[in-house]
Amino acid sequence: MKFESDEQVAKKITDMGKKVVADIFDGNAPSVSLPVRASSNVHYDKDKGLLYLGNSMSERNFLNFAHTRKFMQTMIIASKCKELIEKEKTASIRELYYELKHNIPGTKENTFEGQDESDPLIEDLETMTDSLREELHLKADSSGILFGKLVIEDTGDRIDCSKLGKSGLAIPSIVDDYKFLECDADYVLVVETKAMVDRLVEEKYHLKNNAILIGLGGQAARGARRLIKLLNERLRLPVYVFTDGDPWGYYIYSVVKTGSMNLAHESKRLATPECRFLGMTMKDIDNFSLQKVTEQLKDVDKKRVNQLLNYEWFQKLHWRKELKSMLNKGARIEQQALASKSLEFVANEYLPNKIARKEFLD
Amino acid sequence: MTTIAERNAKDHKSISVAEFFERNKHLLGFENDQKSLLTCVREAVDNALDACEDARILPSIYLELKQLDQNNFKLIIEDNGPGIVKKNIPNIFAKLLYGSKFNLKQSRGQQGIGISASVLYSQLTTGKPTKIYSKIGDGKTHIYELNINIKKNEPDIISEMTVEGDGHGTRIEMCIKGKYIRGKQSVEEYLMETAIMNPFASIVYINPEGKQFEYPRAIDILPKEAESIRPHPHGLELGVLMRLMKHTESKNLTGFFTTELSRVGRGNAVDICNRAGINPKTRPKRLSRDEIEKLLNALNTAKIAKPSTDCLSPVGEDAIKKGLKKEMNPEFIAVMSRPPTVYKGYPFQIEVGIGYGGDLSAEGPIAIMRFANKVPLLYQQSSCVIVKSVIKLGWKRYGLKQSNGSIPLGPIALTVHMASVWVPYTSEGKEAIAAYPEILKEVTLALQGAARKLGIYISKKRKSKEAEDRLRAFDIYAGELCVALSELTGEESQKIQTSLKQVVAEKVGDTKIVLHGKGMEIQNDDNDDGTDTATKPVSLNTENDNDADTRESGQTQPNTAMNENPQSRLDIFNNNKTKKATDTEETTE
Repeated sequence: MKFESDEQVAKKITDMGKKVVADIFDGNAPSVSLPVRASSNVHYDKDKGLLYLGNSMSERNFLNFAHTRKFMQTMIIASKCKELIEKEKTASIRELYYELKHNIPGTKENTFEGQDESDPLIEDLETMTDSLREELHLKADSSGILFGKLVIEDTGDRIDCSKLGKSGLAIPSIVDDYKFLECDADYVLVVETKAMVDRLVEEKYHLKNNAILIGLGGQAARGARRLIKLLNERLRLPVYVFTDGDPWGYYIYSVVKTGSMNLAHESKRLATPECRFLGMTMKDIDNFSLQKVTEQLKDVDKKRVNQLLNYEWFQKLHWRKELKSMLNKGARIEQQALASKSLEFVANEYLPNKIARKEFLD
Repeated sequence: MTTIAERNAKDHKSISVAEFFERNKHLLGFENDQKSLLTCVREAVDNALDACEDARILPSIYLELKQLDQNNFKLIIEDNGPGIVKKNIPNIFAKLLYGSKFNLKQSRGQQGIGISASVLYSQLTTGKPTKIYSKIGDGKTHIYELNINIKKNEPDIISEMTVEGDGHGTRIEMCIKGKYIRGKQSVEEYLMETAIMNPFASIVYINPEGKQFEYPRAIDILPKEAESIRPHPHGLELGVLMRLMKHTESKNLTGFFTTELSRVGRGNAVDICNRAGINPKTRPKRLSRDEIEKLLNALNTAKIAKPSTDCLSPVGEDAIKKGLKKEMNPEFIAVMSRPPTVYKGYPFQIEVGIGYGGDLSAEGPIAIMRFANKVPLLYQQSSCVIVKSVIKLGWKRYGLKQSNGSIPLGPIALTVHMASVWVPYTSEGKEAIAAYPEILKEVTLALQGAARKLGIYISKKRKSKEAEDRLRAFDIYAGELCVALSELTGEESQKIQTSLKQVVAEKVGDTKIVLHGKGMEIQNDDNDDGTDTATKPVSLNTENDNDADTRESGQTQPNTAMNENPQSRLDIFNNNKTKKATDTEETTE
């Protein structure tokens, strides 16, 4: 695959390498500077409704013992990305890990001991060179599925997403090259769990209601977030998010809406500030008499609620009320608890009614 | 016809000494065969060391244990001491409790009852007399074969002769019942510990298996001479006071106090008598027990200057260091000699040595070696004040592992020495030092002082290990980094690496590192601590240039060590040693 940005990104990476080599030849400690990606440097733009990375920079120095290994690893990754760009290949981050992992001669150590060592450094390289992951010719593993009355052209193939049975379209990491040929949908419904998507597909919810269903399977991956953004921007489709009624579900919504802390530098591309939250809410518990099917809030859940209460982008009154109500009840509610009414309840009553009455949280 | 009482009295008399021994053998160190063997060795070696030190002679001692049969051993010991004048030989060796002194003096002898107990033990267990050779430098050798007349507690001279002989020294041969062991509480352990705390002595030992052990001399200077002092009023006990009064030549109490006790002036003496309500002019021998007790109370609480502490003979920091170095070969030694102080009127001084790492085993609890007046204490460890304060001290802050209420763990040999004119023991067995508050405090302070030095060393070592890790990290990652940078920029990898090597060397210090090489060396110059002997090899005395590591040579060369040292050449005895296999009896007749 080839990108317009290739030449520019390759130059950025090379320049970084040249700077480090110049350090060495000048007798200075080899170092690179990169934006701080810790929560302290993540800010919320209230007007745009997006997270963004602040201006704090940190230095990674080879002679600082704590950085030595990371520094070496960063340069290995940079060198590999340059190679990928030149070869016009795109590797998954797991492939990259395996391509770079090898024994360091004369030791029992490897260049990388696990993918958890290389993944954060890829994000570092993205911010250091101000490039997107795809522009570095890297991709995350596919995650997320799509159903609905949407026809897409992908690498010359025409895909009708309403005719993919119960399998759906596996959303790849890179979706920027998708062409939307036809769209007969009224809105996008983003669903946290794949099990709930399966339920809705079996009820033919997407066909009956002209909805595009996107199943996340937990936290939203880049590809899914980018696709949601594109559907919202290019097709002007409203986006509704349907998650469990717990802090983790609410955070998934916030990632889709405002971006994630980890990828704050990419919020502009990935976040969909227009999306709305549909459920589950604490009110649902009372409205649908679900008190008996709640789960008890555990300590980790409570801790997470309190963290959310401290985030700038959770300060809207209705969200504070929602979170506090959760603490008061000491309970959380799962999407699938709606099955206590009936299997069809969610598809035939809960979702259509909520959408019709515009019962959203913003 | 005799009455029962009369007959009993007769019986009583005839068994008095033997019975005394039988009843008290557990106190005298003869409760079992294994300990009895050790006790005999200890009495003999301690006597030899005391004799040499008193005469200001660097001790050279030859010790041999021969197994005669299953349970019987022949103990042979000789020293290069001053010898014993002929007329004293029988009493010293064959009269129990001979020569009780009133003067207090730091000596090893305090530790035991005396060599005569061993002679009696030998006589009771094997029936054989003890043989003594003595030379005092008058060209003669006096040879005695002695038993103890058990009825009278008098020497029983079996044979007595004088032959020609140069030099001076003493040799003892005795046959004893015993059990030979190795390891803990063995003769070897006792000798090894003795060698640590008496590094000015040279000891050669041949064990019952014929193996020779050499404990070479590591220092040519004897410890300061111990001086005797008169008892101090604060530590005085009733029995001692009564005996002093019985034997004094003073005609009145004032005179008695000022001459027989230390630090008592005329004013003090009068004051003491007044407080006891007794006329200072009273004749000491006329006093009743009650009156003496009153005086004792007044003495014990009188405001009197502390006794002079310069009577002590500590081993000294340098000697302890050398002793530990030669016997244990640790990588680091910290020592702490406390200034002398006083408990209950007795001067004492605590000295601590800590050997760390090197040849010492890293497994298990640290090895604690306790000493009283340079003599190792091998029994009753747990009730000793030394072990108590070791346990109490928090060793974690000095970099050691320690769980609550137990001995710390680590590769450490710890020596704690108490030098005193009177070492207080917890029991008559004289194996554990009693926990007087003053002693506990001094031991703790000494331990802290040495442990602090150890802590600094351990932390330095840890830091140097960290620095090493750091350099290693630069070393191993530099290669990978330079290859990546070369691919990124097109510069030659080798060129980048050479420059990087220089940068690392400049920025990280004057440390030699080899990129991607195994022979990385760290030149560390942090040897500024005066107590740090880790990198300074202690040069052993050349005349004892035997490597301590090869001590257990398995060969029997009893002559070498002794002959190299002119002071230890006891000609007459050499005969025996060279003909080890032959019976030594043949030279006596």
